[in-house]
Amino acid sequence: MIEVKGVNKMFGDTQILFDITTEFVPGRVNLIIGASGQGKSVLTKCIVGLHEVDEGGAILYDGRNFSAMTQRERSVVRQEIGMLFQGSALFDSLSVEENVKFPLRMFTDMSEAEMKDRVNECLDRVNLNGKNDLKPAETSGGMQKRIGIARAIAMNPKYLFCDEPNSGLDPKTSIVIDNLIKEITYEYNITTVVITHDMNSVMEIGDHIMFINAGRNWWEGSNKDIIKTDNQEVVDFVYASSFMKNLREKLI
Amino acid sequence: MNLFEHIGRYFIMLRFAFSKPEKMKVFWPMFFKEIEAIVINSIPLVGFLSIFMGAVISLQTASNMSSPLLPNYTIGYITRQSTILEFSPTIISLIIAGKVGSNIASEIGSMRVTEQIDALDIMGVNSIGYLMLPKILAATIFFPFVIILSMVLSLIGGWIAGVQSGLYSTETYVLGVRAFWATDANGLYYALSKTMVFAFLITSIASYFGYYTKGGALEVGRSSTQAVVASSVAILLANYVLTQLILI
Repeated sequence: MIEVKGVNKMFGDTQILFDITTEFVPGRVNLIIGASGQGKSVLTKCIVGLHEVDEGGAILYDGRNFSAMTQRERSVVRQEIGMLFQGSALFDSLSVEENVKFPLRMFTDMSEAEMKDRVNECLDRVNLNGKNDLKPAETSGGMQKRIGIARAIAMNPKYLFCDEPNSGLDPKTSIVIDNLIKEITYEYNITTVVITHDMNSVMEIGDHIMFINAGRNWWEGSNKDIIKTDNQEVVDFVYASSFMKNLREKLI
Repeated sequence: MNLFEHIGRYFIMLRFAFSKPEKMKVFWPMFFKEIEAIVINSIPLVGFLSIFMGAVISLQTASNMSSPLLPNYTIGYITRQSTILEFSPTIISLIIAGKVGSNIASEIGSMRVTEQIDALDIMGVNSIGYLMLPKILAATIFFPFVIILSMVLSLIGGWIAGVQSGLYSTETYVLGVRAFWATDANGLYYALSKTMVFAFLITSIASYFGYYTKGGALEVGRSSTQAVVASSVAILLANYVLTQLILI
């Protein structure tokens, strides 16, 4: 389980996060949603340690206080974390195979043959078998996301973070990526945290949803709860379009 | 950020850059790749510049020597001293700062803005050490060899230019190049020592500006320019300090 306890974050004189406390459910897809500029990415960067949380706050991974750890101690926890970035963040100079192999090469003592087997297993899982020798620049946006997922699961992570996995993808590919994230979460019993704006993702894969507004944990619930909520900010965000408003009226 | 904050952050960065690599099996291939990218790929440019600069030094020296009291072999001597003491280590390093420095800053800067460095950090990799140490070591250890090559080519350039112009004979030039070597040989150690310092400054400063790039493509370009300016200034300052310390 990932616990976020009383997290505040200031950049200079500007406070971005205000006393955020939540728990991300293990073995489920947890979503962080909210409008742009409300602090979703900052919160995620705090959780994975790319930003330090301000004094008093804590991030706990299965009870281990990540915020209080040294860099060396964090390095061990980080090997249990996989992350899919918004822009995929694949290493340009490496082939697809080398990208997926990278964490294995850095942190395991596997032989080349064992690493190759594991890479093929991961690529097979994201339906990219046979694409080993391509360079990231030779692949489509959807493929890059899938390569990113393959790299993220290569080390059998306990925690998976996905930063806007659907951005820049067509609706059909978005569904493929969403389903892949959900399947992998259940299959490997991973605690998955997804930042998204995509309402389809919210409805389809959101086991636990956290709505951030003005840097605060504004609302929490499941994808079933969000349909019925009367929280005005959540309603304004989720049902922003007239199509969604009509849909809500029909659903309620 | 003011200058002192930059300097402070630069030294903190160096502490991480010189921490033990996670895996030597990963470090060595990167080190050899950097030798090729930074050192070997600079040889054509360095060679071209060295030959022509050597030629110009000898021709200018010859054209300014009007006194009959000065023997002709002085041209070879002055070409050698100018090349070894200043031209090859300092001017070539400044040119390399432009080529290699901008390359390193833009490479690391692009990785920063495309979140590749974040990806390394999240995996638990010491991104500073992983990206910078191979570059810094490759340049610091192998640039002196490039500079020795530059010295040799510069002297050859001076010889070709003078002999072709009929200003001096091969024997006279060689006599000048070899003159007083027993007492001047320390100049070579001085030159190679400062080359190592310059190589360290170029790669570490360029890496610093690349690593702390924020924004997008525009900022990557800006970091690249800042890296070249800052490393050039650092080379000139270090040149003065080292000359004072070693030669005087």
